[in-house]
Amino acid sequence: MATENLQPVRARFQQILRRFDPAVATAFGCIVLLLLVGSLYSSNFLSPEYLLQQLKVASFLGIIATGMMVVILLGQIDLSVPWVVTTGAMMACAAASYGTAGQILAIPFGILCGVALGLMNGFGVAYLRIPSMIVTLAINAVAQGLMVVYTGGFSPRDTASGAMRFLATGTTIAGIPHALIVWAIVGILVVFLLSRTVFGRAVYAIGNRERAAYLSGVATQRIVLLAFALSGALSAFAGELLAGYASKAAQSMGDAYLLPAIAAVVLGGTSILGGRGNYLGTIAGVILITLLQSILSVMQIAEFGRQIIYGIVIIAMLLLYGRERLAR
Amino acid sequence: MTDWRYRLAQQRGTLTALAIFLVMFTIYVSNHPAGFTPNVVQTAANKGVLLALVAMAQTFVVVTAGIDLSVGMIFILASCVASYVVVGSPWQSATGVALVILTGLACGLVNGLIVVFGRLQPIVVTIATGATYFGLALWLRPNPGSTPEFNSDLADAFTGKLLGLYPASLVALAVLVLVVWIPWRRSVVGRAAYAVGSSEVAAYMSGVPIRRARLVAYILSGAFASIGGLFLTFFTYSGEASLANGNTYTLFSIAAVVLGGVSLFGGSGSAIGAIFGALAFRTIGDLLFVFDLDPLWQPLFQGVVLVLAVSLGAARLFQVRNRLDLFN
Repeated sequence: MATENLQPVRARFQQILRRFDPAVATAFGCIVLLLLVGSLYSSNFLSPEYLLQQLKVASFLGIIATGMMVVILLGQIDLSVPWVVTTGAMMACAAASYGTAGQILAIPFGILCGVALGLMNGFGVAYLRIPSMIVTLAINAVAQGLMVVYTGGFSPRDTASGAMRFLATGTTIAGIPHALIVWAIVGILVVFLLSRTVFGRAVYAIGNRERAAYLSGVATQRIVLLAFALSGALSAFAGELLAGYASKAAQSMGDAYLLPAIAAVVLGGTSILGGRGNYLGTIAGVILITLLQSILSVMQIAEFGRQIIYGIVIIAMLLLYGRERLAR
Repeated sequence: MTDWRYRLAQQRGTLTALAIFLVMFTIYVSNHPAGFTPNVVQTAANKGVLLALVAMAQTFVVVTAGIDLSVGMIFILASCVASYVVVGSPWQSATGVALVILTGLACGLVNGLIVVFGRLQPIVVTIATGATYFGLALWLRPNPGSTPEFNSDLADAFTGKLLGLYPASLVALAVLVLVVWIPWRRSVVGRAAYAVGSSEVAAYMSGVPIRRARLVAYILSGAFASIGGLFLTFFTYSGEASLANGNTYTLFSIAAVVLGGVSLFGGSGSAIGAIFGALAFRTIGDLLFVFDLDPLWQPLFQGVVLVLAVSLGAARLFQVRNRLDLFN
C-alpha cells in the first residue's frame, strides 16, 4: 500500500528534477554572487530601493530579450533590434505630436511599425529562406536608413506621450515601478504563449528540427513569420518605454541593447541553436546582465574597462555552463 | 578538359560577384565627372580595399560554417594600435606593422581557442570578445588622434599609385591573395576548413584535422582584419575607437561575403568572390554621390540594395524540387 502511494509522489519529484535546469540554477547563483560582491563594495547595494531601481532598468532589456528568446528558440537570431527599438521610439514620439488622438495612438502606432519591420524579417527568413542573420542585418540597415531620412540625421524634437512616460517612469503605491509590472505582464503572456499554445509547441518543434515539424503538419513558415513579428513588436515597445524614460527618442538609442539581449538569453541557458530554453532562464540572464553593468558603473570603472570586463565575464560564464556536447 | 562545366559551376558565386562589380563600376565611372582616370580609380580602390580586407577576414571563418562578429572590432583595435606604433625609421615602422598584425593574430587566436576548445557557438563568442577588443581600443585611444612621429611616408606609399598608375592598395591586396589565400586554399588546413564547413561529422570521420582547421581559420581572420585596420590608419593618419565604425564594418563584411557568393552555411565560396562583393558593395554606396543625391538618403539606399542583394539568394527556391529541401 505504502509503496503504491509513494509512486506518484516520486514521479512528481522526478518531473520537478527533470525540469530543473542546471544553466538556470548557475545563472541565479551568479546573480547572488554579484549581489554579494556588490554589497562588499557598497552597503546600500542590497537595499530595496536599489534593487527595485535595477529591476526597473532591467525591464527594458527584459522586454527586448523576451522577443529575442522566441526567435532564438526557433534557431534563428534577430539582429535588427537596434533600429527597430529606435524606430518604435521615434514613430511613437512622432505620433504623439499630433494632438490628443496622436497621444492615444502613439503606443499602438509605434508597435505597429515594429510589427511591420518584424514581418519583413520573418518573410525573408521563412519564405525567402535567407539566413536570419543576414536578413535582420539588412532590415536593420533599412530601418536606420528610414529613420535617418525622417529625422535628417538629428535627434527629433518630438517628445514622448504621457502614457509612455507613465509606463516607463511611474511607480505604484508599494514603490514597484510600472516598467517592472509591464515586463511581468509581457513575461506572463509569453510564458503562456510558449507553454500552453500550439504556437509555443510549434516554436520549440521548429527549433529542434524544422523538417520534422513540417512533416508533423506544423505551418512552420507562418510560425516563423509570426515569431519575428512578435520580436519586432516587443523591441518597438521597449523602444517606446525607453523614449518615455528619457522623455524623447534619440539616434542610436537602441545600439546598447542588441548584444546584452542576446547575451541575456544565452546566459539564461537557451541554446543558440534553438529548441531548448525556458523563460525563467531569460529572466535570470537579464537580471544578471543588468546587475553586472550596474556594478561596473558603481565601481566607477571607465567605459573601456567596462567593455573589457563585460566581454570576459560573458565568455567565462558561458564556459561555465554553456558548452555544447561534442557532435560525435 | 571536359570538366569545365563543373569548374565553372564551382566558381559561379565568384563570377556573379565579378559581374555585379563590373556593371556597378561601369555605371559609376561613366557618370563620374572626372571619368576613368587613375585618380578616380585610386580613390575608389582605397575605399574598397578596406572593406575587401575585412570581408576576406570574414570569409576564412564563414567557410568553416562559423561567423566572426568581432572582425569590425579587431579592425578598429588594429587601427588604434597602428596609430601608435607605425612611427619613425623604416626599421621601426616595419616592427610596428608586425606588431599590428600580431595584435590581429592574437585576437583571432583567442576567438579560435574559445570556439574550438571551449565548444561555444562562434556567434556568441565573437560578440563577447568583440566587446573586449573594443574596450582595448577605447583604452588605447579615448580620443581620436595619432602620434606626431607617425610614418606618413609609409602610409602614402601604400595609399598612392605604383609607377604613377596602379593603385598601391589594390596591388597589396592582390599580393595578399597570392601569398596567403591561394596557398591556404591549397593546403591541408584550407581544404579541411571547407570540409568542416560542409559537414563536420563527415570531416571528422575522414580524419580531417578539424580543430587545427578551425583554429587557423580564426587566426587568419584576425590577421586580415588587422591588416584592414592598418590600412585604415594609412588612409586617415590616425586611430579612432569608433563603435559605429566597428559595427558598420562587421555588418558590411557579412554583406560583402554574401554578395561574393560565399555561403553562410559554410563549405563553399572564395575570398576572391568576397573581394569583388566588397568592391561592388562600396561602389553601390558611392553611386549616390555620382548621381548627386542628398547624402541623407545613403543609409536607406544601401539598406535597400542590401535587402535586394540578399533576396537574390532566394533564387535557389526555383530549383527546389522537393518542398522538404526548403528546411535544411
